[in-house]
Amino acid sequence: MNRRDALAALSLLSLAACSSSSDTATGSAAGGAGAGAGLPGAGGVSSAELGGPGGRVPPGTQQDLEVNVGDRVFFAFDSSVLDDAARQTLERQAAWLKQFPAVSVTIEGHCDERGTREYNLALGDRRANAAKSYLVALGVSPDRIRTISYGKERPADPGHDETAWALNRRAVTVVNVTN
Amino acid sequence: MSPRPLLPRRALLAAGAALGAGTLLARPGRAQLQLDITRGFVEPMPIAVSPFAGDGPAARERGEAIAQVVSADLDSSGLFRTIDRRAYIQSPEALREIPRFADWRAINAQALVTGVVRSAEPLLVEFRLWDVFGGTQMKGLRLEAPASSWRRLAHKIADAVYERLTGERGYFDTKIAYIAESGPPTRRIKRVAVMDQDGANHTFLTDGSQLVLTPRLSPDVETIAYLVFRPPAPRVILRELATGREIVLGEFPGMSFAPRFSPDGRTLLVSIAQSGDTDLFAFDLASRRLRRLTEGASIDTSPSFSPDGSRIAFNSDRGGSPQLYVMPASGGAARRISFGSGRYGEPEWSPRGDLIAFSKIEKGFFHIGVMKPDGSDERLLTRAYQDESPTWAPNGRVVLFSRQDRAGGRTRLFSIDVTGYNQREIPTPMDASDPNWSALLP
Repeated sequence: MNRRDALAALSLLSLAACSSSSDTATGSAAGGAGAGAGLPGAGGVSSAELGGPGGRVPPGTQQDLEVNVGDRVFFAFDSSVLDDAARQTLERQAAWLKQFPAVSVTIEGHCDERGTREYNLALGDRRANAAKSYLVALGVSPDRIRTISYGKERPADPGHDETAWALNRRAVTVVNVTN
Repeated sequence: MSPRPLLPRRALLAAGAALGAGTLLARPGRAQLQLDITRGFVEPMPIAVSPFAGDGPAARERGEAIAQVVSADLDSSGLFRTIDRRAYIQSPEALREIPRFADWRAINAQALVTGVVRSAEPLLVEFRLWDVFGGTQMKGLRLEAPASSWRRLAHKIADAVYERLTGERGYFDTKIAYIAESGPPTRRIKRVAVMDQDGANHTFLTDGSQLVLTPRLSPDVETIAYLVFRPPAPRVILRELATGREIVLGEFPGMSFAPRFSPDGRTLLVSIAQSGDTDLFAFDLASRRLRRLTEGASIDTSPSFSPDGSRIAFNSDRGGSPQLYVMPASGGAARRISFGSGRYGEPEWSPRGDLIAFSKIEKGFFHIGVMKPDGSDERLLTRAYQDESPTWAPNGRVVLFSRQDRAGGRTRLFSIDVTGYNQREIPTPMDASDPNWSALLP
């Protein structure tokens, strides 16, 4: 890399830093206590809307999907049937995926621990594909959606009761990190 | 007991040769010392295993260690009880000759194992099995091995004793492949590990950086197949045990898992999951051709060949819940064989062919059970929070499985006699699951 290229890279970097810090600034303004808002009079109490901590979630990211859309759907025991709540979540996911056409995802199918390891690998695959099929039916290109089954290998909740199992019977949509 | 002549000092045959005791052998009219292990609980047969004599200090030390491994093997079967060696009257050196049987009757030993380590490096060992009350030699073998294989040599002696006294093949010179587990449940680290049947010579084959599951040893115990989570899709891989070299099977269309070798080692059965549908396929290892065995939207997985290779038992939810089925090895019409209440999985055909082991989930408990290949005579052997992954000793008399005894408890390996007796833990350095018991080593 010659000196000019290095400089160009540096300025790009600082540009990126600027834009991200301005994002952060916007975020903290929205999330801050809103200095200047409300009446500044002596003894007066000002107030402003408080956003989420840490500022605005970057759009089109995993965090955006989790916070603003919902990244997972849940299943009944030994079932891959999508209930109303699951379909609503997937409808939001489909709309979100259309909003960010460059994003591709992997749907991870998971099971609770109350089945054999190999049967659960197959069941997890079925769950991931149930979610994928619904997204595809809603107009998302199948090329943007991979699936993988973890069976019962990666529980979200380490517990051993029905509450934990219900959280573990899931299909989780994960934004692919491009490289 | 009248004194017997000394063993004829004749030249011994080649390695593994039978050591006869000439005139001592035939004693018509007297029932042979024999243990019937086909019935449920058997009172363990009291036997004595003398430390082997040795030509020199190194050989004597090795002889002590070999006798200990033989004792531990025989005791672990639950069929024998080794009498404490402090009760032995005759010294190992004196036992180079015909035993003084009265000394062994005095401590009620039914059988006596004696031996001599002729050379420690390379290892050269002679052993004999004696019927104490009959006063006869029942078995004699001369064995040779590199010194590093001394435990295997001891296991082969234990197998010979077991075989002679029970009429069944032994299972001590075998290996167990399994998955070693560590870390929290949500980020469990799993590694393929292989060890001797008694837990010795433990080695890890993978480093834990990738999730691995369900190892299976080939019938010649030269390669191992397992599932590895590696992009772009989880797939079955093969690895040579001696070299660690990976043998790539090629890309399957979708996730391949649940590997099982055919009894002749030429075929690897796998399940392939595609678009939510899991079917069974046979992968020919020589031609690398993949042949579909099942179809339809149901889950078909956890296959197991019958020992003659003609049929395959497997797990399917085609009837609405996971049950056991049997079909011809070429695919085709499958017959359901599990009809009890509960959900069945993981059928494992016994190497004897007479039984199929399985796991069963019923009323919140996991069981290991056995049934005949036609589904009759179902018997549950175990019950715990999570009992899984049954695998057979090569003689079809012992089932090994993994157990989590309570919610959140440790996961460990246990074996149980097919009669339902003699349940015992196989020690592992960390949590353990997905065991696979090898065939007898060549």
